[in-house]
Amino acid sequence: MPVKDYIRERFFPHLWCPGCGHGIVMNALIRAIEALGLSKNEIVMVSGIGCSSRISGYLDFHTLHTIHGRALAFATGVKMGLPELNIIVPMGDGDALAIGGNHFIHAARRNIEMTAIIMNNRIYGMTGGQYSPLSGYGTLATTAPYMNIDHAFDVVQLSIAAGATFVARTTTYHVQQMTDCFKKAILHEGFSVVEVLSQCPTYFGRKNKMGSAADMMAFYRDHTTPIGSKKKKENPDLIERGIFVQKDLPEYCRAYDTVIERAKGKGQKG
Amino acid sequence: MKDNIKFVQGNEACVEGALYAGLDFFAGYPITPSTEIAEHLSYRLPQSGGKFIQMEDEIASMCAIIGASLTGHKVMTATSGPGFSLMQEALGYAIMTEIPCVIVDVQRGGPSTGLPTSVSQGDVNQARWGAHGDHAVIALTASNHQDIFAITVEAFNLAETYRTPVILLFDEVTGHMRERLVVPEEGEIPLVGRLRTSVPEGVDYHPYLPREDGRLPMSDFGGVHRYNVTGLFHDMWGFPSNNPGVVQGLLRHLMDKINNNAHQIARYNEYFVEDAQVLLISYGSAARSALHVVQNRRPRGERVGLLELQTLWPFPVDLVRERCRAPEIVMVVEMNMGQVLQAVKLGVDDPEKVFLANRIDGSLITPTDIRNILRVIQGKGV
Repeated sequence: MPVKDYIRERFFPHLWCPGCGHGIVMNALIRAIEALGLSKNEIVMVSGIGCSSRISGYLDFHTLHTIHGRALAFATGVKMGLPELNIIVPMGDGDALAIGGNHFIHAARRNIEMTAIIMNNRIYGMTGGQYSPLSGYGTLATTAPYMNIDHAFDVVQLSIAAGATFVARTTTYHVQQMTDCFKKAILHEGFSVVEVLSQCPTYFGRKNKMGSAADMMAFYRDHTTPIGSKKKKENPDLIERGIFVQKDLPEYCRAYDTVIERAKGKGQKG
Repeated sequence: MKDNIKFVQGNEACVEGALYAGLDFFAGYPITPSTEIAEHLSYRLPQSGGKFIQMEDEIASMCAIIGASLTGHKVMTATSGPGFSLMQEALGYAIMTEIPCVIVDVQRGGPSTGLPTSVSQGDVNQARWGAHGDHAVIALTASNHQDIFAITVEAFNLAETYRTPVILLFDEVTGHMRERLVVPEEGEIPLVGRLRTSVPEGVDYHPYLPREDGRLPMSDFGGVHRYNVTGLFHDMWGFPSNNPGVVQGLLRHLMDKINNNAHQIARYNEYFVEDAQVLLISYGSAARSALHVVQNRRPRGERVGLLELQTLWPFPVDLVRERCRAPEIVMVVEMNMGQVLQAVKLGVDDPEKVFLANRIDGSLITPTDIRNILRVIQGKGV
């Protein structure tokens, strides 16, 4: 199916700034879904609030554009309500890990089958460039005019610690890898997390003198490396890309089927 | 003893009513004095293939039931004041997106952590105005277990009819008190099912285009119609819009569908209202004491009557105005600082004859309390 058949043209033009990485993420996601041959009717996209969350409206799936930080909680209700659906939850770094941090770790802990995509641009874009929990120590933002003294989460480490059974990281520069990560994440029977480093030239880039969108993508090329590479050993500051965790543990909705079986047995005994 | 006669807490009567109405998805978080609802449903729901989930907080609980409702389930959550506060943003979302759901608030003393194990009726105005922005809500209550059962069924019916969240405002006394409940036979109380669209696959379905009767047929997520749901102002396709006409049209629709049907949503009980010189207006557990006063004073020749409200919002203003015309004294009996009193005073022709009989100390207002306050108002002294 052509890429444009996944898009709701009624919604366009989109609201992303020139150079924004989120369109690349949307493109890679469509290609992953296309490659998997999933029907549009069996996909529900649930999002919260922010630039990244607007992806849901642009795509022709069942789409639920909710409130800030709570997308995974809504998605949990959708998934339990109809477990055969594929749930994809695009989130920004603030949406997923500041206001939504609690829902994130608990969805991961439950291992409920859905794909959380964290589009990490290290800034609140929609409100105009305030620091997020991913901005990092020493960065600048409209609410950190002198210097940000908040330390950043490591999304991968956080996801693993919370119990996610599929954890990957990639960037908007590495689109082939991104599509591959999405495919595997969507197929994964459990809670999957894909962190995508996605440039915000308008706010994070400008505030922190990162150059143009292309410069920021070149930064991703030069400052990331495949997991366990020789380069990483030589330069520990490089950010690793790839699939960090992929393991099988009981999925939440399937486990609940066991609860139903037990309850029915008990119910019959009176 | 027949199987359908039970001796239960009010919270269990609510559970029985919800299951009777077809509840098959519940998400909640433990909080006194509503926890028994979650406990019983965790046991009962999976027995019939339904689902229960204990979420990480009340915000998540409210969000999860909205998600499950979109897949076609009848859904509910239950909480008390602090949790109800946390739910307000998602409650507003359900109002805006017109998602049927039921929220139980078993009221305890507030503000803040307040009196977790004591009774109060302090959340009446929070139910009305807790979510931001102009909106209309349905909030119901009841004073005994048989009525708690029936009004819970009613809550599900109204949620489906008007595609809206419905709030059940119970309280600690009715929630924890045990009394007899007779579970009606199947079919005894009519049930309203989900109104689903008849638009076939391939034909444009408009999720937010009301029919002539004002109702909006739904299409379950996972079905043949893919559409967008958003808390932003949206057009008939569910697409965000800031077109002034669309914004005004949607807001009016959200208000009108409930407020214009206030008379149809009004549920109440009346006791000796016809010739009452003193009319008590009460609801929830306070109405039990008010009823006791009426039943006690009538044999003594005192013309006291009781209007027991079960629908608090939309406020049944026409009913209250009409019933308050003849009595010389109207006394609102409630366990707060006069939240329904305000609504009564706004509605009646002569507000100066409307008085408040209340208790705000975590104790159930007693018939003696009510009787004493009435004597003071009547100039008889205590």
